[in-house]
Amino acid sequence: MLSICCPWCGWRDELEFSYGGQAHVAYPANPAELDDASWSEYIFFRDNTLGWFRERWVHTAGCRMWFNAIRHTVTNEFAAFYRPGDPVPEMPVEVVR
Amino acid sequence: MNEPERLPNLPEFLWADAEPKSAYDVIIIGGGGHGLATAYYLAKNHGITNVAVLERGWLGGGNMARNTTIIRSNYLWDESAAIYEHSLKLWEGLEDDLGCEVLFSQRGVLNLAHNLGDVREAKRRVNANQLNGVDAEWLTTEEVRKLVPILNASDDVRYPVWGATFQPRAGIAKHDWVAWGYARGAHAMGVDIVQGCEVLDFVTDGNRVVGVETNRGRINAGRTALCAAGHSSGLAAKLGVRLPVQSHPLQALVSELLDQVLDTVVMSNTVHVYVSQAHKGELVMGAGIDSYIGYGQRGSFPVIEHQMAAAIELFPIFARAHVLRTWAGIVDVCPDASPIVGHLPLDNAFINCGWGTGGFKATPGVGWVYADTIAHDRPHELGEPFALTRFEHGSLIDEHGAAAVAH
Repeated sequence: MLSICCPWCGWRDELEFSYGGQAHVAYPANPAELDDASWSEYIFFRDNTLGWFRERWVHTAGCRMWFNAIRHTVTNEFAAFYRPGDPVPEMPVEVVR
Repeated sequence: MNEPERLPNLPEFLWADAEPKSAYDVIIIGGGGHGLATAYYLAKNHGITNVAVLERGWLGGGNMARNTTIIRSNYLWDESAAIYEHSLKLWEGLEDDLGCEVLFSQRGVLNLAHNLGDVREAKRRVNANQLNGVDAEWLTTEEVRKLVPILNASDDVRYPVWGATFQPRAGIAKHDWVAWGYARGAHAMGVDIVQGCEVLDFVTDGNRVVGVETNRGRINAGRTALCAAGHSSGLAAKLGVRLPVQSHPLQALVSELLDQVLDTVVMSNTVHVYVSQAHKGELVMGAGIDSYIGYGQRGSFPVIEHQMAAAIELFPIFARAHVLRTWAGIVDVCPDASPIVGHLPLDNAFINCGWGTGGFKATPGVGWVYADTIAHDRPHELGEPFALTRFEHGSLIDEHGAAAVAH
């Protein structure tokens, strides 16, 4: 069971949350000008990082707010939780496996 | 059928680990089921034997030994039914072909329906399967009860069984024996199986992939074929290629050895568990992926708790069984729950990934198709719909329903 710290509600069990995948994927600034390849990239392609990863969670069974986290995808250790609009924390230094 | 089955003996000799040579006609990255099957069919069907299978860990030590061994071909869409049915037909002749046992047992697979939506989806899939020549039938609750007497098909449960799809030719096999069988066959035809050999980078000449850098030195390759399941993204990134896959933990578990009580594979999307009983007697169960990206080969306990609750609701007699061990594999899932098979956007480089939760059943089929693609440097008819470019063209093959687990 992951322990996740909602920036509004504090530490709760993973069961209260839903996963939102890679964080900071912005909607295209110029949607009318995008070609098929760029749309495909935006819709279907996300980073699949081994290591520290910025990702989104939503506190589904709590305040229902979205937020961001930095988690290590091998160890599941969390390094940061932050609200949308907060300054984006630095990535921790990669620990060599 | 209460006695545990006696396992046959393995062949006396399986394969020899090879020192990597400096060059090969084809390098396959990943010594799991798909990689080994690809090497086997490259040699057998195409006479290409100057082949190396490079495995970072040990042979068949990834998802090949972590799946729940279910084999079926009852997928919804024509493209999927074609490749999975091709695979099932190969399974039906595999023991003769490889000359060794893989304990392939066509005991049938039930996919349970628990509500009106399930029933409609299931009947639609049965109809689609029959049109594609896949054996599938709709069973009523009473027929399900007769087939699996220990299943609680009464009305007195939260999600009563409203019927099921049944594929009689589906079944299970002993997964590690499948890997060893392919390795044995490939090795006998001259394929080098190199364990403990991790690909660190690729060697390119313009747009052409010409070799790999490994922890055991550089190896040149006429053609390079990725076959690394959950680690495909990291490998493809070294070639500057982004893949639309996400790697998740998929957990499974087994009980201790029990008397034979279940001779059919039973799957339920809605209460979310799938279970079979292996030849030795252990109950083998799985459920859905953990929602988050994970490379740690372990998942979260609530997923196991959830699938156990589902299993006990369906099979009350399992309540006294003990969990012997749990584990996870790293499964690479595509947005449409269908795989990617074919060319990378580079010359002499190929990709096979994205099989997500369903790769084991496809082992012979994809080995056949991928070997043909590599040998002739053009898509195989059965693999063509699964090209990486489909995400740009929008021709997705949505198998979220038939893939049988929530993605």
